Amino acid sequence: MSEDDSVLWSLAILFAGISFFAIGGVNALLPEMHRQVVDVQGWMSSDRFADLFAIAQASPGPNLIIVSLIGWEVGRVPGAIVATLAMLGPTSVLAYYVGQVWHRFRYARWRVAIQNGLVPVTIGLVAAASFVLARAADTGPITVALTLGTAVALYFTRLHPLIFLAAGAALGVVGLI
Amino acid sequence: MPQPADGDPGGANTPGLAALFFAFSGIALMGFGGVLPWARRMMVEQKGWMSSDEFAELLSLCQFLPGGNIINLAVVVGQRTNGLLGAIVAVAGLMMSPVVIVLLFGSAYLRYGHLPEVHAALGGVAAAAAGLILSMAAKMARPLFDRGAVVPLGVAVAAFFGVAVFSFSLPAVVLVLAPASIALAWRKSA
Repeated sequence: MSEDDSVLWSLAILFAGISFFAIGGVNALLPEMHRQVVDVQGWMSSDRFADLFAIAQASPGPNLIIVSLIGWEVGRVPGAIVATLAMLGPTSVLAYYVGQVWHRFRYARWRVAIQNGLVPVTIGLVAAASFVLARAADTGPITVALTLGTAVALYFTRLHPLIFLAAGAALGVVGLI
Repeated sequence: MPQPADGDPGGANTPGLAALFFAFSGIALMGFGGVLPWARRMMVEQKGWMSSDEFAELLSLCQFLPGGNIINLAVVVGQRTNGLLGAIVAVAGLMMSPVVIVLLFGSAYLRYGHLPEVHAALGGVAAAAAGLILSMAAKMARPLFDRGAVVPLGVAVAAFFGVAVFSFSLPAVVLVLAPASIALAWRKSA
């Protein structure tokens, strides 16, 4: 097995494995992706991860495209394809079959208990995602203020998130970050 | 017979494969930071593929299942309208353009990422996007605060510390906290 193949296998195993833990969506996985990609596999620096995260956020499409970009960084186009398919394939097969029997247990007590029980875990994981990413993007008081200011503004208003991403880019270009 | 609300044709139409592909491409390309509202607008209000109630049912399914919510939605809508091929076509429609676009951005980054201005701009975007995600967590947590649900909030804090502060692996944190949290939710539902 060549080195290229072994990187592709690592990508496939990593993303297929963690995809089942994407409870409440892909954002819950961001801290684990950061930990795996930066600390465990050593594929990139935390700085680089923050850059890729920014690019994915500024691109249109599902949150899952951060996975395509990580795959691309590690193994270019084959890496992107393998990582994306590994991330969405197994859970899509599950959705395909569960979708056909969902009406049978939509109101079942155990189904409601699972969903309600997972909500607090998801909240903690999404909050952890913001913390890990804020730390990766942190270059000083301005970035911290930008993170907290964006969070407060988006919590209390219905402004479009892109406004804040654009403001962040502008602050960077003028040299404040 | 209940009348569908304004802008809700009641789900009378069934899409073919090409319509599925282009609809999910459109949804994907319109959605920055959350594509689900766009999915609802297109499938319920514009195309009339399903009623509001059916969409709400699908949404609860897609949020229940692991993985990307919108991916799951594409799979289930594709399956219900056009079987296996429909599911594949809907997911392909959803992913193809966004992946191509993000890789083009990635290639530009490879070329210009060393420029200090580019790196600083991306740093600003990442910091703001971290704030966006924090606001999502706060919005999800709000009903728990309103109800004074101390134990679930404790679970959320434990998940946060486990992952963010102690850097435990995600599977470990979920496999410890989720069963406990589900058991509590089960007892509460009695």
